[in-house]
Amino acid sequence: MSVGDTPPPPLRLRLASHGLDAVTLLVLPAAALLVALFVYPFFYGLWLSLHPKDGSIFGNYVKFFSDPFLYETIGKTLWLAVPVTVLNLVAAIPIAFRVRRMRNQRLLTTILVLPITLGTVLVAEGMLNYFGPQGWFNRTVMTLGLSATPLKLVHNYTGVFLSLVITGFPFTFLLVLSYLTGIDPVLEQAASTLGAKASSRFRHILLPLLVPGLGVTFCLGFVQAFSVFPSAVLLGAPAGPTRVISIAAYEAAFEQYDYSLASAIAMVMAAVLLAVIVAVMSLRGLFYRGPASGGKG
Amino acid sequence: MATSLQTFKTLRLDHLGRDFGRLNALKDLTFSVERGEFVALLGPSGCGKSTALNCIAGLLPTTRGSIWLDDTRIDTLGAEDRGFGMVFQNYALFPHMSVRDNIGFGLRMRGVPRSEAKTRIDAAVATVRLEQQVDKLPGQLSGGQQQRVAIARAIVIEPPLVLMDEPLSNLDAKLRLEMRQEIRRIHAGLGSITLYVTHDQDEAMSLADRIVVMRDGEVRQIGTPEDLYLRPATLDVADFMGFRNRIPGRITGRAGDTVTLDVGGTSLSGLPRAALAGTSAIAAIRPDDLQAAPSGLAATVEVCEYRGHNFFGSARGPGGVELFFRSGHRLKTGEPVTLAADPSRVLVFDGETA
Repeated sequence: MSVGDTPPPPLRLRLASHGLDAVTLLVLPAAALLVALFVYPFFYGLWLSLHPKDGSIFGNYVKFFSDPFLYETIGKTLWLAVPVTVLNLVAAIPIAFRVRRMRNQRLLTTILVLPITLGTVLVAEGMLNYFGPQGWFNRTVMTLGLSATPLKLVHNYTGVFLSLVITGFPFTFLLVLSYLTGIDPVLEQAASTLGAKASSRFRHILLPLLVPGLGVTFCLGFVQAFSVFPSAVLLGAPAGPTRVISIAAYEAAFEQYDYSLASAIAMVMAAVLLAVIVAVMSLRGLFYRGPASGGKG
Repeated sequence: MATSLQTFKTLRLDHLGRDFGRLNALKDLTFSVERGEFVALLGPSGCGKSTALNCIAGLLPTTRGSIWLDDTRIDTLGAEDRGFGMVFQNYALFPHMSVRDNIGFGLRMRGVPRSEAKTRIDAAVATVRLEQQVDKLPGQLSGGQQQRVAIARAIVIEPPLVLMDEPLSNLDAKLRLEMRQEIRRIHAGLGSITLYVTHDQDEAMSLADRIVVMRDGEVRQIGTPEDLYLRPATLDVADFMGFRNRIPGRITGRAGDTVTLDVGGTSLSGLPRAALAGTSAIAAIRPDDLQAAPSGLAATVEVCEYRGHNFFGSARGPGGVELFFRSGHRLKTGEPVTLAADPSRVLVFDGETA
């Protein structure tokens, strides 16, 4: 039988060769859920935001960017989210380096994961008591004579900042730890036999291999911090320095009952997030992003 | 300091030991190596050979003993201060650096001026024949090429000691033979010491001037490949050097150099290794030396397979002992055969201690 006589393979095999088989169908429920919970609400929100009360298309956006009370929330939120994320990242790296060599990582991991499971509201309540004017922290500070008056640590920028560190750090740390443990330790050994001291090993081997992971970690941590709401209200000054963008959206939706404006604010929020993520990810593109192992085997 | 390391004569390990918790991975390693020598550490996995190498490299702290280069004690130095070149089993190339940067890393850490570094990198690249690949990343190279980069990276710093940890075990058979020659050639060109860890006795014999056979964290024998091949000191070493037949018997007589054993009613003569205390002994014979003969050990053929020049097979001998033999022609399963070996090719070990 010549080649030309061979019947074409059945459709099932041709689809399978393109990665489509029965298993692909298992994706459908998740895809449906994604459409229902994410894609549809997003486009509905976009549509809503373009139908403001005054009837123009971009009325909401014009309103947002001409009212300082609204557009300043972008800067205020960034002024919280960026430093918090950077601090979490910078603090997580040395601790992850130390923990990587520890035998009993599980206990530490449990302790660190706890704030995530508690939720922001409980953490905020705890902080109000602990860092408040009559809290243990200020009593200790005053008993030790470090300050004559209670330090003002809640109901301001500091309060929100601290709560974002407490809830964001464990998350950042666990991600950094997993990226770090993904780097083959033999690379460090090889560098040291070639004469690299600990600081050079970090600078030339570990950091370049860690940067892509740090980029992803920054983005995830940033998204979390940027959408801060409960702690900004409970621990911050929601009318002043911690009037973050989600508060503006909340007020528009549930105090002024202007869903259209609230949707527009949400869209602005998404655009800012996207801009930061695109910036970080394109920086990440300048670095090596392949597997962090030393070769075969 | 660097100059004294460059011009040293002898590397000496003095009662080196390393424990992991309660496990004695390395019990007591003592030997010295002269400049220019190629020494293989040979043993089955878990015998402590890689532990020994890592201790020498400075990647593992030692628990006991000391390491000396002439009169300089080096086991107290960190790996980065020893300046030894190490080739790792999985190559350990820096995945984010080009071949050139990988090879030049050691020179960069030493602050070698750029122009000198370039000359030396080019020379190392030429030595391992990778001129075409210098700007690629390690991930774009084949296993054999990656191994060459790893070797070039280790030798470009002109180390007094090159340590290799099973560098060929991830390569295919043909490439392994090629790389053996390369490694031997590179070693000759460097004139330093090469310590080579392997579990492959073929590799150790073809590469090394001397072989250190290890087992259970201890040295079993140190000698030239010829020594080990012809005169293994213990049954362990014999086993490792290809004496697959271990035939237990009873000593019935001695005459001159040879000793005669009774194996299930048949007599078998051989050369005694070490003093034979009791009456029981074990004869060790290579499959190559055990062949069908008019008289000898009566056995039943179980398997017979073709291996190029000859057939090799296994048979069940007196008392159910498994015998591995060579044959000039194919034998059928179940066929009776009598097997014998030249007494000069039979080694007799003490049966009590083994």
